[in-house]
Amino acid sequence: MAKQGKVEKLAPPITRQYVRELQRQNRMENLGRGWYKFSRNPLSILGAAMVLLVTLLAIFAPWVAPHPDHAEPFTDFGHAHLPPSLEYPFGTDEIGRDILSRVIFGFRLSLWMGVVVLALVVPVGVLLGLIAGYAQGTRVDTIIMRLTDVFLAVPPLILALAIASVLKPNLTNSMVAVSLMWWPWYTRLVYGLASTLRNEFFVSSAETMGASTAHILFRELLPNMISPIFTKMSLDMGWVIIIGSMLSFVGLGVQEPTPALGTMVAKGARFLPDQWWVSIFPALAIVAVVLGFNLLGDGLRDLFAGEEV
Amino acid sequence: MDDEVLIAQDLKKHFVIGYESLMNRRPITVKAVDGVSFRVRRGETLGLVGESGSGKSTIAYMTVGMVQPSGGTLLFRGQDLFANGLKRALPLRKEIQIVFQDPGSSLNPRRTIQQILELPLRIHAPGKDLGQEVVRLLDLVDLPPEYMHKYPQMLSGGEKQIVAIARALATNPSLVILDEPTSALDVSVQGKIINLLIRLQREFDLTYLFITHDLSLMRNVASRVAIMYLGRICEVADAAEFFQFPQHPYTQMLLSSIPVVSEAEEAVKPKKIISTGEIPSPVNLPKGCSFHTRCPQVMDICKHVDPILVGTSAGHTARCHLFEQPVEVTAQGWPT
Repeated sequence: MAKQGKVEKLAPPITRQYVRELQRQNRMENLGRGWYKFSRNPLSILGAAMVLLVTLLAIFAPWVAPHPDHAEPFTDFGHAHLPPSLEYPFGTDEIGRDILSRVIFGFRLSLWMGVVVLALVVPVGVLLGLIAGYAQGTRVDTIIMRLTDVFLAVPPLILALAIASVLKPNLTNSMVAVSLMWWPWYTRLVYGLASTLRNEFFVSSAETMGASTAHILFRELLPNMISPIFTKMSLDMGWVIIIGSMLSFVGLGVQEPTPALGTMVAKGARFLPDQWWVSIFPALAIVAVVLGFNLLGDGLRDLFAGEEV
Repeated sequence: MDDEVLIAQDLKKHFVIGYESLMNRRPITVKAVDGVSFRVRRGETLGLVGESGSGKSTIAYMTVGMVQPSGGTLLFRGQDLFANGLKRALPLRKEIQIVFQDPGSSLNPRRTIQQILELPLRIHAPGKDLGQEVVRLLDLVDLPPEYMHKYPQMLSGGEKQIVAIARALATNPSLVILDEPTSALDVSVQGKIINLLIRLQREFDLTYLFITHDLSLMRNVASRVAIMYLGRICEVADAAEFFQFPQHPYTQMLLSSIPVVSEAEEAVKPKKIISTGEIPSPVNLPKGCSFHTRCPQVMDICKHVDPILVGTSAGHTARCHLFEQPVEVTAQGWPT
């Protein structure tokens, strides 16, 4: 090949701009294809819309809620147990607080809990899974994976209840409890992915070059696992919120007067069926958040399905 | 010897695939490589040819340090490559590079060509201007410099393999292992890759260990050819001699099965020998010569005694009883 290639190269002027444009087109094409796959299922869009709505409500709660002061210590016995009306769309509770406002602030807490738990759980679980998967068949693998088995063997809710009841029942402790039982799932997921990917030749290539283990874990393996990890995170947001609500329902989560959806359902249950709105609307709010995240997660899974890992 | 870059002596790799039973813990092994000796001289291309499962890729993986041999030695310029097990000093890694068979799997889909080519530079040539070096590497293999911003999936199969070759050259190695570099590619692209490899070999005084199952490819590329069968080398010769005077019955069988186009080629080609039987399982090798189950010239001795590599002419060795001194059966049976 006597440098003939040089002449051909000049034919289409491949400039840096041209390549940028090519990359941009490629990205747009991928984005378009992704959106098509995602939007083919109207439920995914519904899920995305619900998650977006709840997130916006939670972020702008003090401005959106009709009675933001009802989320703080507040009593107004003159307006107790009012049924849903224009003034109080979800009605009021036994001490006269607007339930809609408290539900909006409750979203805040639920989402905060989900975000914090995932922020604790994902890095730990992913790191351990990467190490164990890459060291598959060695003692490191055995130690890490048997440890995850131990945590998985304990019924999750019981572990969380035990931890939350031994420690003081508050938000931090319930987040610690949920995090402790959640990381093994990420370790398992990433372990499976890493133990397949480590046999790819690009990993062998980096190894024979003499690349560091950190490079192989974080630069070669991890970028290829982003999509399944994100899908799982979306699905798990819903689950963490449910568990958090369960803990507050049994009184081991956030304490009054801070509005938590689970606590509101529990307190309102006493007034069923006559003052049904006290408990039903917070319950429906939980359903909405969890459903939204699950539908979004399903949509993301469809979106990433065709992608080669 | 200074002239010999790589020397393999009685190299073995037995993979344990299980045990006899729960009680009897005798391991069941696959003898992927079973006592292979060869020498690669500086600047030459040694073609290592064999059917799939003959152990040729295992030899490649051992040479670059992916697999630990179970026996024998592998010397690079007189240095034992496995003196510290699989741990290998960086200067030694720099000298031996590999190009894998499947370019789709050997380039990380989530990294740009620039990132892929920068890795060996970062490790082995710290302090150099990375951007400039990447452009130089791309120019070396006739790819436009703008390719550094692309991801592997934006490239064709041939281009991916060219990038893999550029990556192997990034460390400025002296020995490059080519593990079936063209067998995953279209025939039209194969020629381009081969020409590129030949050009680079001349330019940088490279030594190639070229592993392939495509014997006809070796006619144009290899300076010497070694044939492998079930983890062993059964014939080694200079390329010209090899294609003209194949000695081992297995080699003759392989050469006779290469399709030819012209009458002239047909005349040179050995008479068609129909290959009989299947390749035996490497878990349960036949007694005696491992090829005796398929050999058209099988003799009684082949079923009992394993032949050794013997010289048949200058620079030409074969592992076959046809070229050994006759052996007599004694009262105790066949000598082993």
